[in-house]
Amino acid sequence: MKTKISILIVLMFQLWVPVSSFAQNNTSGANAGALVWALVGFAGFIFLVWLADGLQSAKPKGFLANLLKSATPDYAKGSPLVVLKQGHHIRLKGSAEKEILKNKVATYAVQPTNFLGLSPIPKMNVEVGQEVKAGDSLFFDKQQPQVQFCAPVSGEIIAVNRGEKRAITEVVILADKAVHHRDLGKIDIDAVSREELVTYMANCGLWPSIKERPFQIMPALDTVPRDIFISTFDTAPLAPDLDFVVEGKGEAFQKGLDVLVKLTSGRVYLGLNANHKKAPSKVFTEVVGVEKVYFKGVHPAGNVGVQIHHIAPIQSGEKVWTVGVQEVINIGQTFLNGQLDMSRVVAVTGSEVDDAGYVSTYAGANIGDLVKGNLEDDHSVRLISGDVLSGIQKEERSFLDFHDDQVTVVKEGDYYEMFGWLVPDRARPTVSRSFLSYFTAGKKKFVADTNTHGEERAFVVTGQYEHLLPMDIYPQHLLKSILTGDLERMEGLGINELVEEDIALCEFACTSKQPLQHILRSGLDMMREQL
Amino acid sequence: MKKTLLKFAKSIEPNKKDSPFLHTLFDGFFTFLFSPNTTTHSGVHIRDGVDLKRTMTMVVIALQLCYLYGTVNIGHQHFVALGQYPDFFDGLHLKVAFGLIQLLPIFAVTMLVGLGIEFYYASKKGHSIEEGFLVSGSLIPLIMPPDLPLWILALSVAFAVWIGKEAFGGTGMNILNIALLARVFIFFAYPTDISGDEVWVAGLESVNSGSAVVYNWWHTGFFNGIFEGLGWATFQTGATVVDGYTGATPLSLAYQGGWEAVSAVYTDSQLLWGSIPGSIGETSKPLIIVGAVLLLLSGIGSWRIMLSMVFGAGIMSLLLNAWGVTPFMTVPWYYQFVMGSFLFAMVFMATDPVTAASTNRGKWIYGFLIGFIGIIIRVMNPAYPEGWMLAILFMNVFAPLIDYYVLEGNVIRRMRKPKTA
Repeated sequence: MKTKISILIVLMFQLWVPVSSFAQNNTSGANAGALVWALVGFAGFIFLVWLADGLQSAKPKGFLANLLKSATPDYAKGSPLVVLKQGHHIRLKGSAEKEILKNKVATYAVQPTNFLGLSPIPKMNVEVGQEVKAGDSLFFDKQQPQVQFCAPVSGEIIAVNRGEKRAITEVVILADKAVHHRDLGKIDIDAVSREELVTYMANCGLWPSIKERPFQIMPALDTVPRDIFISTFDTAPLAPDLDFVVEGKGEAFQKGLDVLVKLTSGRVYLGLNANHKKAPSKVFTEVVGVEKVYFKGVHPAGNVGVQIHHIAPIQSGEKVWTVGVQEVINIGQTFLNGQLDMSRVVAVTGSEVDDAGYVSTYAGANIGDLVKGNLEDDHSVRLISGDVLSGIQKEERSFLDFHDDQVTVVKEGDYYEMFGWLVPDRARPTVSRSFLSYFTAGKKKFVADTNTHGEERAFVVTGQYEHLLPMDIYPQHLLKSILTGDLERMEGLGINELVEEDIALCEFACTSKQPLQHILRSGLDMMREQL
Repeated sequence: MKKTLLKFAKSIEPNKKDSPFLHTLFDGFFTFLFSPNTTTHSGVHIRDGVDLKRTMTMVVIALQLCYLYGTVNIGHQHFVALGQYPDFFDGLHLKVAFGLIQLLPIFAVTMLVGLGIEFYYASKKGHSIEEGFLVSGSLIPLIMPPDLPLWILALSVAFAVWIGKEAFGGTGMNILNIALLARVFIFFAYPTDISGDEVWVAGLESVNSGSAVVYNWWHTGFFNGIFEGLGWATFQTGATVVDGYTGATPLSLAYQGGWEAVSAVYTDSQLLWGSIPGSIGETSKPLIIVGAVLLLLSGIGSWRIMLSMVFGAGIMSLLLNAWGVTPFMTVPWYYQFVMGSFLFAMVFMATDPVTAASTNRGKWIYGFLIGFIGIIIRVMNPAYPEGWMLAILFMNVFAPLIDYYVLEGNVIRRMRKPKTA
């Protein structure tokens, strides 16, 4: 504060010097009334800035913000409600119908590359040709030998694929018709200590289900997280409807939460969807023992990172865990049955899918099998594990990533478009008001392709990302501090609160076509090296 | 048609290794004609339709009315000095012809020099041609006096692009506004050519009454030939400047005699619509506002900067009204907005995203201070009664400092956050 005042005084003095040297004898034109109006004008300006800033900020404040605040839905009363203004909903064709399609998947894989923080060549417990049961350990990481990575299904190991520098990329299992489980033995979570619980989870293959922030890594066994966060809705383009996914799994979900409550020294927070007139599924609303916080807003409101920021932001040195809804159910089901449950309901989505719906399968399902016979013509398409913003490009022979519950298929966009930058051939999703379609699209859904619609440029436009990230973070400045390798600045500007999926929408909208997610990850890697 | 054109373009593509400059040139025009076929490879799989080309082009489109009006106004001011065609739409063909003869070389030289340097550096550094100069190059002719010698223009554009932009690393890296840097170069290097009353009206020997017009072959040969054939009025080589004409701009009048002096020469509607002497594109307020609306609707211009600049200028004008020791200080604050190039500077210069403050809160401060300081310079600078160029360049330099403090606030907020909600 003191420095601010002294800067102000210096500035005013600087202004005063030319002004005073200008003084003349003639003061007949002086007008005291104007001085009053100048002060009124200045006060009005400050007030206006305060109002606009309050409305635009990630946490709207000021009386105007309160006036404009939409009514709390009935079902959310009694719990905190966070309304998020920033963000954008990308309307795409090909969202999943609420029907369960036939599971045609024959092969499954566990991919060491899905878990950040592992050394590249894990120790194998199995070899090709060996029969395994669901829950049998396939491999473990040398840094944490207690944590087992287990088979999601029973069957025969048919391949151990390697990538660059002989790093193991996939352990492929040809699944049996009926899944046999290794018996893990049941434990009573109320009777055992936290250490025993952790050992049980590490041993049976549940541990990799948990992700740790900062960095989105698999947590170390001795970490006690400050809190655990679960988002119960996904706002990404064409994302699965989790209300539908969890139907009839209330008991397992509650059990999973009970386990998580035992793992943290703080609380377990559940982020719930307040966007619809209808309340979220009872599976979510009727659980006990956790804190429920409602969120209203478009993508990325459903991202757990955004929710953490508004519930209890990650401070320097703190660690929190995040778990996906289906993984919570996995944990709960495993504890209920004493058998490892790695089931996944996967949404098969995208404009190039004939029959978009859900497939009830297991983690790491083969992508080609998931979309077999379901693709429109055989023109060139892109298969994505995850959503179009932060998913990973896959081939037909490769597998769904461990944490993913969605496959998206979109057109490849390797075409030239005449004056495409000025008059596009057809409407495309955009957050830019320079397109007429921004105003006229309404509820129309777009068919998007993978064309970049322009070339990469230096950062020019400002203020664009802030509109799309409902957090008190300046993404562009953070990214620039990463590019310059300024670690202190990165941390100060909030890199620990972000992972790729949170700024994926900014990357989609970026006028300069910069690879924001890639830059962010390189920054996170730099931060991680410092530890 | 499209396919044939694409095939043709691909067939003439020069080899990148053998002739890098030609390839850069080709690439620049090819990507203008066709959006490239590149696809996303990591990160997001779909991209927004908007890119830098489109963003920049929107600004150029917003400028078009200023170009149109500026062309006619160059001619109009010329004939007003001669006492001919006093109504704005009288002798429109002569005014347009005169304006084009004056404006086209300015535009051509700007683009030739600016794009030339841009292309050279693009090929040298091996990156594609960036769109930054599309906007700078369209702005520069509009902020120049119509009678500017072309060699000075060429020198100033070269200075601005070379030292102002390429030395800092190209588009998006510059600290100072390129267009204003070109203008300020002339302002300091050739002060007599851009100040005083002489420079704002083209095609006269001097603005003193009785002095002769200066026409060249384009006027008397080319256009007079056409107009005669059509039976229209022609350029009169014998015309002289009428008695009592000064060619003074409203600002220099206001500096000498306050608002009374301005209103003695120009009516309010002249000031508003812009049929007054001045830089080529900045005189017509309603047409600039049309451009502003386009920029605001498309979200490309920052409304924060524009609004806070109005507040800053208004408040400073009121303060000067309160003081009122010189004639200029007593000019009512609302008239400050219709004189000079306030609006043009606000809409097209201050909002340049590269050189402005980049945080939203910073933009409020940045715009306000431009308005505030701009009026001080305009009213108090005895050498040159206009302030936006210097005020904006001054704040360009301070913009990173403003951002620094806004970001520092963010860092401190993050440290202070309570441990639990």
